[in-house]
Order: sequence, then structure tokens, then C-alpha cells
Amino acid sequence: MKYVAEYRDKDLAKSVASAIQREAKPGRTYNIMEFCGGHTHAIFRYGVQNLMPENVHFVHGPGCPVCVLPVRRLDDAVEIAERHNVILCTYGDMMRVPGTKQRSLIRAKADGADIRMVYSTLDALKIARDNPEREVVFFAIGFETTTPPTAVAIKQAEEEGLKNFSVFCNHVLTPSAIGHILQSPEVRELGTVQIDGFLGPSHVSSVIGFEPYEYFAEEFQKPVVIAGFEPLDVMQSTLMLIRQINEGRHEVENEYTRVVTREGNLKAQALVSDIFELRTSFEWRGLGPVPYSALQIRENYADFDAERRFEVSPKQSREVKSCECPAILRGVKKPTDCKLFGTVCTPDNPMGSCMVSSEGACAAYWTYGRYRDKTARQQKEAAA
Amino acid sequence: MCLAIPAKVTELSGDDMAVVALEGVKKKISTALVEDLEVGDYVLVHVGYALHKVSPEEAARTLKMMAEAGVLQEELEEITGGAQ
Ligand code: SF4
Repeated sequence: MKYVAEYRDKDLAKSVASAIQREAKPGRTYNIMEFCGGHTHAIFRYGVQNLMPENVHFVHGPGCPVCVLPVRRLDDAVEIAERHNVILCTYGDMMRVPGTKQRSLIRAKADGADIRMVYSTLDALKIARDNPEREVVFFAIGFETTTPPTAVAIKQAEEEGLKNFSVFCNHVLTPSAIGHILQSPEVRELGTVQIDGFLGPSHVSSVIGFEPYEYFAEEFQKPVVIAGFEPLDVMQSTLMLIRQINEGRHEVENEYTRVVTREGNLKAQALVSDIFELRTSFEWRGLGPVPYSALQIRENYADFDAERRFEVSPKQSREVKSCECPAILRGVKKPTDCKLFGTVCTPDNPMGSCMVSSEGACAAYWTYGRYRDKTARQQKEAAA
Repeated sequence: MCLAIPAKVTELSGDDMAVVALEGVKKKISTALVEDLEVGDYVLVHVGYALHKVSPEEAARTLKMMAEAGVLQEELEEITGGAQ
């Protein structure tokens, strides 16, 4: 129980941990998938897994937008930057993700492409205003929390009559991905990833509400608990899932009532649906093509769509051979199952997307996992 | 990039923009996604936009946790760095 000492509220953490110990039935296993990278981070940072009984497992899902972007789309972004002589703006996390032949945005930039890291779409708009003679493309990625800011930027560009601004849209939707994981053959047939319940994303749910998850709970008969980011939130939510599983219930429960409501942020939702519409299919790294899982810019705003403005050539995109990101993102393998983990592939020299962002499973394992394994070993030795 | 930091609104301007204070840092953000904001409210700030209001208690909890997890500094650097 070493890690409990690090918690702010020691007593509360202890009592939740012992409730979990008491209520998890020894005869069965509880496989809980956390979808959101923020949860993955909290679980590792605070050693939450160590506080769980042996039969409660966290399965790390595809909840990091950088990790799930397929190599092809990244290659396209590099091509837009290099071939069309635009200013390509993107969030910092994208810069080091390796594309085909290890080519990343940062390498393209070193080779002379005008690629700029921005904190916000507001910064991208400013670059467009300041450089009227250049085309400025915002390389947009992210789940439902990052989509509304992109929508606002497009709206703003239209209102201002900014003609040199466009968006390369890669926004993806969480509920479709969860549904896809539940329907994928690994889950249905092979039984390699048995998932008994989900920790639902917190900030994504603050925007879209928890209503969209009610369909899953019903359709797939799996419980979902919307969980906050604190380690205590994760533990409390895990307890709520264990209770639902024990009682054979499959409902959406909301542990994060401090922030999340059933309907979410309606203003943000209205803006998003004004600007974007569903793509019939979009490829996710690790999951393959997932129907209705991403957004594209509506016809009305076609002028701001980089995909219509700039041709990209058909190409053979390839991930690094033997990178296990796809299996890791589906929860089928662990980072330590990858031959490259910690040897060839480290956060300083990532071979795959899961090692780039701190929310990726490989990066989390690298940063906290070895420490955790070592501590477990030491504890065992001390006990022997 | 998935994290959101709580910050206190210190100024509001009519054009859907506000100034927030974050650990001594001031930052101009967009309020186009939230309604009925007042000076003194706390908001969760994500990639330069207020995503929604939070209570002062929730803001304090979150900031404390982010500081403990060592991610607050990184996020602050991201907010103040980048293209301005
Ligand atoms: S350790 Fe590196 S190469 Fe292996 S799966 Fe993770 S990101 Fe890919």
C-alpha cells in the first residue's frame, strides 16, 4: 500500500481500496477498459493498479487522439506542408509522431517546411491574419473536447473573410470507437480482450454529455461509469463498475457529477453540428476503418476545408514494422509485449504514436511502469 | 493535450474573449463556448477556450492534483509558449 501515502486523502483512498477488495468476488475477473488517456495517466502515475485485488485489471483503450491517428493522415499533413508551400499549424503533441519511414512533422520542419506549433486555434487564426499572402492550414486532431475550438475558428474565419485559412480535419468521436471495440472480432470471437465495463471519459463527456453512452450500456449490456481524472475518482468509479457487474446491471452512472451532466455543453454541440457532419468511415490506428466515427467539414464551409483545397497524392503509408501500437490500442497487448519497447523505442526516440504523447500507453509504461515493477519486486523481496 | 486547466476569469470583453489568471500567469482566452460568464467565475481552459464553468472547490482540487502529478508546470508552459 505504499502509494496510498502519496494520496492527498489517504483515509478515503484506503477505504475505497478496501471496499474494492471486499466486493470483488474471488471467483471471477473484472476487466475494466479506461478509454481516456487522462485515466491511463492517472492509473500509472498513482499506481492505482497496485491497490486493486489480483482479479481486477485495467485494460488501456484507444483514448489518446495522437495515438489513434493513422499514419496515412500524418503523411498527408507532411505532404500538404511540403508540396503546397503552406504554413501548417498544429498542436505540439503531433510534432514528433513518426510517419512512413520515420518521417515526422519535426523532421519536415528541419528540412525547411513551414510548420508551426500552436497552443490554440486562435493562434492559427492570428498567423493567417498576419500572413495574408500565404496559405495557412490548421492540422486539427482530437476528440470531442478539441472539436468545438476548431468549429469556432472556422466560424470566425468566415465572419472575418479570412481567405487564406483552412482546416485539415481529423476530429474523431469517442462513442463510435467504444462501440467498435465491443464489436471487434477480438472481443466477440477470440475472447482475447474480455471487457466487463468502461471508465467513461470525463472532459469529453462534459461536452457531449453522458447520454450518448446510454446506447452502449443498453446495446452491448456493458456498464459505463463516467469518471473524473483524480486517482480517487478512478478508484471510486471502479468500485461503482464492480458493483454493477456483481449485480448484473449495465447502466451509465456518473461519478463526475461535479462537471458532467446528461446533456453536456449545448452551445458547443450546436456549433459543432453547424460546421461539421459525420464521415461515413474513418480509419483509426489500431482499429482500422470505423463507420461514422469522425467528422468532416460541411459543404457550406467547403472553402475552409484543406482536403478540398489541396490535393494529396495516393501513397503507400507504412507503420514501423514490429511496432505493436495497433494491438495495444485495442487492449490486446501490453507495451512490454513489444520487442522495441524501451530498447529501440523510447520517448526520446519514438517508433510509434503510443510512445509520443504522455497519455499514450507506451509512454505511461515507460515513465511509471519500470518504477512500479521495481517497487513491486523490492516489496516482495522485503516480505520474503 | 487532453488536459484542461481551471482558471479564474479576471476580465471579460464583448468579443467572446476573456482574460484568465492561472498561477500568476495571465492569458487571453475565448469564451465562445460558454454562456453567462462573470468576472470571478472559474472555467476549465482547454487549447485556449473555456470549455465550461467549474466551482472554485473543483478548480482548487484539480489544480492541486495537477501540481502533484507534475503536469501543471508542463501545461502552463504550453499555454504561455507556442506561437503568440
Ligand atoms: S513501444 Fe514503441 S514501437 Fe512498441 S508499440 Fe509502443 S510505440 Fe510502438
